[in-house]
Amino acid sequence: MASSKASRLGEEVWKTRMDKVNAELVVLTYGTIVAQLCKDFDSDYIEVNKQLDKMGYNIGLRLIDDYLAKSNTMRRCSNFRETAEMIARVGFKIFLNITPTVTNWTSDGKQFSLIFDENPFADFVELPDDGRAQDELWYSNILCGVLRGALEMVQMQVEAHFVSDVLRGNDTTEMRITLIRYIDDELPPEDD
Amino acid sequence: RITAAGGAGEVDGEIEIEAGTLIDEEEEREAVFWRLEAIGYRVGQGLAERFSRDRPRFNDTLDIIKFLCKDLWTLVFRKQVDNLKTNHRGVYVLTDNAFRPFARMSAEVSSQAVLRAQPFLWFPCGIIRGALAAMGITATVQAETSELPSAVFQIKTVPVKT
Repeated sequence: MASSKASRLGEEVWKTRMDKVNAELVVLTYGTIVAQLCKDFDSDYIEVNKQLDKMGYNIGLRLIDDYLAKSNTMRRCSNFRETAEMIARVGFKIFLNITPTVTNWTSDGKQFSLIFDENPFADFVELPDDGRAQDELWYSNILCGVLRGALEMVQMQVEAHFVSDVLRGNDTTEMRITLIRYIDDELPPEDD
Repeated sequence: RITAAGGAGEVDGEIEIEAGTLIDEEEEREAVFWRLEAIGYRVGQGLAERFSRDRPRFNDTLDIIKFLCKDLWTLVFRKQVDNLKTNHRGVYVLTDNAFRPFARMSAEVSSQAVLRAQPFLWFPCGIIRGALAAMGITATVQAETSELPSAVFQIKTVPVKT
């Protein structure tokens, strides 16, 4: 699917088929969960990152169903580049109403970045001022887990992690996604 | 902690398992309750602060409860509370006949469904208690459901000591 077409699809689905929820409610709830995790794990931010990723993974496993149902795209992406465009222009659009930029491809087409110009989770957020959170906590790490879980359910094993975050004082918020392999064993029969 | 595995695997013998799991389940439920309630509390505080800012000062407790039933409920659940009752001595009962989180829950065996739906009341309980606290009211909040998708919240305000 061409990226302009993907954008139109994302816009259309977001407008007509998605149940909306108050953005502040989401921001506050996510922020509270992260804060609670920081407390639970005694500011062990590496562990907090892990927990967020795990929560996201469990969400992703289920969210992919909603994505497929709502977006109603019956055909498989023909390559990983198309997958990336669909994630950015349809997935992020319909669930968070944002469209991160897909960029920084490696030449083998297996690794790309998502640049988040806006990140609804991070509104009003300041990281703890303890001299460590700025270096260790990936505040929006739940998103990495969501992608990992969702893609696993459509036969793609990926690795995803943040490499920069404006909350840490970086210029951009960037997530790096790497295709490890297509999970062949469970491939459904080809349609074409 | 978020993921709590059932403890049945550690004990041998059926009776022991039965008793063991019961206690574990009870404890686990309790832990989940406190956790969700606490998260809700903080969210409720934030919501009340943010969305009561530009409105006129509240006259009395009932005024605040109405704000909760109309404005905050709509914000969180996209509808208002259907019914509000009070004994005029600090107890308020809010009934939502189509509680949003229950909207798509199916009732297989209805008693089981009600039990399994209950944890979805705990986060909202916290939201209510937190919102009220932010507006100066100390209260206890309990919720129950006897038939999906309705939910009943009981707010008992603690009288201000003079």
